[in-house]
Amino acid sequence: MPWWTRGPISARCWEVHETMDATSTLLTGAGYWNPLAWLLGLVVAIILAWLIYSMGEKGYKPGTAQAEPFISGNKEPEKGMVHVRAGNLYWGYLEALRGYYDRLVPLHSGNLHDYILWYLGITALFLVLVVIFS
Amino acid sequence: MIPAFIVENSPALMIIVPLVAAFLSPFIGRISSTVRSIWVGGAMAVTSAIALILALDVYSAGTRLYVFGASAASAAIPPDSGGIPIRIIFEIDPMSALMLVITAISGFSIIVYSLSSERSHTGLESYYTLYLLMITGILGMVSTGDIFNFFVFLEILSLASAGLIAYRIDGGVAVEAALKYFVLSTIGALAILVAIGIYYGQYNALNMAMIAARMQFSVLDQVALVLIIAALAMKCGAVPMHFWTPDAYSMAPSSITALLVVASQASLYGLFRTVFTLYNVTLNAATVGWLLIILGVLSMVVGVTMAIPQKNVKRLMAYHAVSQTGYMLLGVGVGLAVLGNQSLLDAFGYMAMEGGIFHIINHAMYKGLLFLTAGAIFLRLGTYNLNRMGGLGHSMKWTMLFFVIGALAIAGIPPFNGFASKLMIYESVFVFNPLLAVIAMVVSILTLASFVKVFHSIFMGPALPEYAEVKEAPMPMLAGMGILAVVVILFGLFPGIVVESLIAPAAHALVDQGAYIGAVLGGA
Repeated sequence: MPWWTRGPISARCWEVHETMDATSTLLTGAGYWNPLAWLLGLVVAIILAWLIYSMGEKGYKPGTAQAEPFISGNKEPEKGMVHVRAGNLYWGYLEALRGYYDRLVPLHSGNLHDYILWYLGITALFLVLVVIFS
Repeated sequence: MIPAFIVENSPALMIIVPLVAAFLSPFIGRISSTVRSIWVGGAMAVTSAIALILALDVYSAGTRLYVFGASAASAAIPPDSGGIPIRIIFEIDPMSALMLVITAISGFSIIVYSLSSERSHTGLESYYTLYLLMITGILGMVSTGDIFNFFVFLEILSLASAGLIAYRIDGGVAVEAALKYFVLSTIGALAILVAIGIYYGQYNALNMAMIAARMQFSVLDQVALVLIIAALAMKCGAVPMHFWTPDAYSMAPSSITALLVVASQASLYGLFRTVFTLYNVTLNAATVGWLLIILGVLSMVVGVTMAIPQKNVKRLMAYHAVSQTGYMLLGVGVGLAVLGNQSLLDAFGYMAMEGGIFHIINHAMYKGLLFLTAGAIFLRLGTYNLNRMGGLGHSMKWTMLFFVIGALAIAGIPPFNGFASKLMIYESVFVFNPLLAVIAMVVSILTLASFVKVFHSIFMGPALPEYAEVKEAPMPMLAGMGILAVVVILFGLFPGIVVESLIAPAAHALVDQGAYIGAVLGGA
């Protein structure tokens, strides 16, 4: 049946809702989650953001001196020097958890003997726990 | 229309096709590399199609029984066998079918990717043979109803995996990683073999349904349970037995790492099959459930915190694979912990299990996708070192898009598939123990933080002069990644229908031990 013959718009909206509900809604026991409704909200938010953006400064001209970085009059460093490398990220996080990492990282020794000992140790521990609690 | 012969014999065909194709591949390769590519690509496509046909049949018509050496499934128990199903039997219930779907999708997309990513390497006759043997091992492990047969397929998978982890050699480092994997896998397999011996000595049977029907949960059964749980938890990379994972995952070719994720999940399947189907309510569900929960929490926390400081993108992703396995153990562990209590099972146990099982398929898709993007980057840059990367968003736009999809999915950002399964785990686990749900959410936040770092390091920033000539990955590699990306998006947009049609039947099949036993002993 073509969409224009299906009756009033409210009824058709309800049909769309029902279809969306049946295929997309995930019941989680305590609540529900509908990604299509979420996407609809996202699209509305993007349209609003675009509307606000389109009301902004019109004088911007890409490809001119306007678009070049301004570093207090200093010459722009080489491209490779500007990029913040992975090793410089999350330094603060790693420093804050230094005590944790100082213990955790050495456990990953790369030594096969250690790997086997961990495996056998956990097997023994599980054996004790399962037999005792059973 | 699909011929009835194929549907009826699909359990055998999905093993025979990759097995025969694997051993013919080196000979076919003598003709030309193009013919070999068509051969292995075609074999994988046919295998995936058969696996999907079988899965569809199971989801529509119920558990499938395939008895090797008998003309019909009703001959599962020969009249002169003393009531014991002595033949090798494949029993494919919805949980097995879900694993078939995972293997079919991943296996096909990875072979499409491999045809391009490995083109310039030598030793491809071994590569494709071992690849198809890995597929055979995984499909066999998730389909068989015979525990010794499970061990055989596990060994096929382990041997093929070790060969492929060592494939690039890489100055001996890859061989060392393969050796670690191989030694640990062998010790684990030996433990499983001892457990099988215990079952056989006590129950005079190797058929899982028969063992389950006779299960007494004696001290010997407890020993066998622990041997299997520990071995398979180690094989799926659960902390603190995960140490081989970053070594092996980072040294294998990226296409193989993506398949190793599926292989690890086949071990996870074996673990779940053991506790739910072999033992079920006979075991102390709370104790074993909490063991899985603790393994899950440790895996989540240690995995993600070890991932954050990594500089090698594949080691980082490997630690995240460990972390994501934790979610699956947590979800299914909660279901197991309340197994004997029907009201708690109905209240949140099933939901937790469904969340954990949904996360298995989601993880296979997005983690496979992420490893494939890492392979595409390595193909163009020749390094996995994040400190040497940057600005690739200018030249590898499709790879960047696929990476973003995978990264958002693993971090549990809506509307991608990872969010849906994690939401199910959060809400159900919260009812069981709020602290566990909080830990799971914090781990998700750390995962997002980790992938923000990776995304920035690889793709953001100005185009670096040393990578001025870098081009986008070849089309077949993009196609392989594209297949997984589409699944990630579709499963994220329509989680309700996925859970209802694929996941919930799998969770209920896992819990319903009586149905599994009845399919064999009832002569279904």
